[in-house]
Order: sequence, then structure tokens, then C-alpha cells
Amino acid sequence: MSLTKEQIAQRIARELREGYYVNLGIGIPTLVANYIPVGMNVVLQSENGLLGMGPFPFEGEEDPDLINAGKQTITTVPGSVFFDSAMSFGMIRAGKVNLTVLGAMEVSERGDIANWKIPGKMVKGMGGAMDLVASARNIIVAMMHTNPRGESKLLPSCTLPLTGVGCVKKIVSDLAVLDITPAGFKLLERAPGVSVEEIQSKTAGKLLVEGEIPEIVFYD
Amino acid sequence: MNKVVNGADEAIRDIPDGATLMLGGFGLCGIPENCIAALVRKGVRQLTCISNNAGVDDFGIGLLLKQKQVKKMIASYVGENAEFERQLLSGELEVELIPQGTLATRCLAAGYGMPAVFTPAGVGTEVAEGKETRQFNGKAYLLEMAFEADFAIVKAWKADTEGNLVFRETARNFNPLMAMAGKITIAEVEELVPAGELNPDHVHTPGIYVHRVFRGTSFEKRIEQRTVRKKA
Repeated sequence: MSLTKEQIAQRIARELREGYYVNLGIGIPTLVANYIPVGMNVVLQSENGLLGMGPFPFEGEEDPDLINAGKQTITTVPGSVFFDSAMSFGMIRAGKVNLTVLGAMEVSERGDIANWKIPGKMVKGMGGAMDLVASARNIIVAMMHTNPRGESKLLPSCTLPLTGVGCVKKIVSDLAVLDITPAGFKLLERAPGVSVEEIQSKTAGKLLVEGEIPEIVFYD
Repeated sequence: MNKVVNGADEAIRDIPDGATLMLGGFGLCGIPENCIAALVRKGVRQLTCISNNAGVDDFGIGLLLKQKQVKKMIASYVGENAEFERQLLSGELEVELIPQGTLATRCLAAGYGMPAVFTPAGVGTEVAEGKETRQFNGKAYLLEMAFEADFAIVKAWKADTEGNLVFRETARNFNPLMAMAGKITIAEVEELVPAGELNPDHVHTPGIYVHRVFRGTSFEKRIEQRTVRKKA
């Protein structure tokens, strides 16, 4: 069984550590906030100018001046702070944010990422993604292993315009957990019931398989 | 030196066709909606707009796009506007997409009197095409130029009559940066108080950067994505 979007987020949440400052992108990455281990102090950075992002407001308590980078209404938490966009990307560029989680259309075996443009079809812009991937030391990509036509999104080289070069460290897909190494995608864990052969067949880039590959374990 | 003007129409009175404008805001949060409405009324055309986003079809910069008042848009993310996409794909609108941090920093550079900055964002991508690249400590950076804008139009929460500005929550975003970067900076605010009523320690943008200020008469503050949770 491939992982649901919630399970991808749940698995990524296991990469969080006490005291981390974390930037979560739009889509599956946003769901990671729902799985921060109880008692762990993690501060969420929203690049539109907030450290200490809280949950959605209760109905009737929405504040139009308080949104996240996905333009959703949110809340603050005790200790939150606001700042302007230059400082926001300043702290990202200076490497103060410990972990960045974002989505991707394609990732290459060298850690290149493409997620902002499909020529002739879709031009939405890169937003903050290029700044994040150029500076973050620890980047995890949350993505589907294949596109809706069943074609691999883990490639030898990206075919779409790049967002960043050689920056992705780890991928959590619906099928597997993989590290990006100098030798290619290294398979670390597989979704429950998904075989190494299936992952191999759906990974177009170079896949390294060493020894027994454990299944992803969910504790709750 | 009187910076207080009567309203949005007076504030933007001398913005000519072909002007380069900076417009504050992130999505629809913290946008100068009174001045945008006045620009639509004035019908000024051939504008170059520098703003993080392009509004939605019927609000924010989307209103200027709908009237075909924008010649060129410089932004980081434009995914929420169908009319924008239509004009872009049909070639009516010129668009320059740049990384969000680069957008912020090019405003900052202008306000700090620096001609350019180096940033790693976009190295190895099409954003780097035609730009000087330099290595520092083994890492590549792009040279990005400070913006030059004829007018910066920002929205603040409070101001005093000296033009000192205070922003609120995430409606701050690009507003203080653009306020520093315009040759002429116009601020529309929710509350305008006499000099002396703001705590000098709490001012975000010193009034030296602000040329015109007025209390906006209408703040719809439209929410783009209303997300809530139920009370338990």
C-alpha cells in the first residue's frame, strides 16, 4: 500500500528534532504541522513574516492581517514574532532555519529540484522556493513517486525548469524514503507492502539498494 | 512639510502613464487597496508594477489588470489570477518572475542606498541567465540590482503626521521594504495620529522614507483562503 498524503507528512515529522526552526511549504508539507511529537518544541517559520505559526483560527476568529505563505488564515502561539519579508529571507539565507520541507514536480539523482513552471502550460512563479532551496542546509521533499500518467518523478536529470541545483537531501514519497547521495537515490525505507522491485521500476534515476530495506513503521 | 493628504485620489494625483510602481502586500494581505481603487479611477496606463503577487481576478492588482492598465508585472508568485494568466499567455502582458527573497532584498538594497546585492537564489536556473555570478567561499551567488521605482505605495496599520509607520501582524510583509525604496512613497493607513502619539521605539518605518500619508476610507481586507477549525 502506498502512503497517503497524511502518512507522508507523518513520516517526515519523524525528522523533526527538539528546538528546530522549520519552514513548511504548501500542500503535503503543511500537513507535517499536524504530526509534531507532543512535548517537542518546534517553531514554524512562515516566509511571509512570522516565526511561531499556530493552528487555523476558530470559526469567527479569522484575522485578515494574519495569514501564512499559502494565504490561509492562521494564529500565533506564545513567543511568536512578526518581521518583514527581507528579514524573513535573511534568516533563511543565513542558515538559521534548520529544516525546509517542500513539494516537487521532479527531483534528479543529483538533488536538483523542479517545482515552479511547466513551459507553455503553467506559470505560477517560484515564490520563495528558489531562496529556500538555495540556502537551506536540510531540505526534505514530500512528493508522489510518479505523475498521474505513472511516469517517474525521480529522474536522472530534471526535464522541467529548475528551482535549485544539488540541494535536496531526502525524499519521502508515497512509496519510499530515500536519501540523495553522490551516487544517486539511496533507498532507506519502503511503504508497507510495497516491494523494492516496484520502487525500482518507478524510479527512473539511479537507485541504490543495499541489504534488506525495512518497511516504514507507523507507531500510531 | 505637510505629508498628510486628503485621500487616495490626491495621493496618486501625479502618477503618470508609464510609471514604475511598487505595491506592498502579500497575497491580498496588507495591500494598499484605497490607492489601487484610485489608480483604477484615474485610468493611468502602461504601468510597471513591482509586487509579490498580482492580486485575484476582482481584487487588488487584479483590478488594474482587468482594465489593462499594466504593461509589465514583476512578481514572485502569480498563481491566483486567471486574467493574469490569460494576458501572459496571449502576450498582452510582460512578466518578470523573480524569487521572493530576491524581490525583498532588491527593495532593501534600494532603501539602504546599495546598488546591488549578491544572493544564491536562482543559481543554476533560468533566473541566472544574463546575470553576473561570483563565488564566495566556494559557493556561487548572483548579482541582483536594487530596484528603481518612481512611486512606492504601501499600506500600514498606523501612522503619525510625520509619516512614521507601524504595521500589524503579517500585513507587514513587503510594505516597510517598499516604503524605503520608492522615489516618492505613499502610505495609506487605518489610523492617523498626531506626531507624538506613537512610541518612537515602536515605529517600523521612519517617516524620512514617507512623502504622503492618509487615512484610507475603505478597507475591505478580503481574505484569500479562509481556513478555520471547529471549536471542540
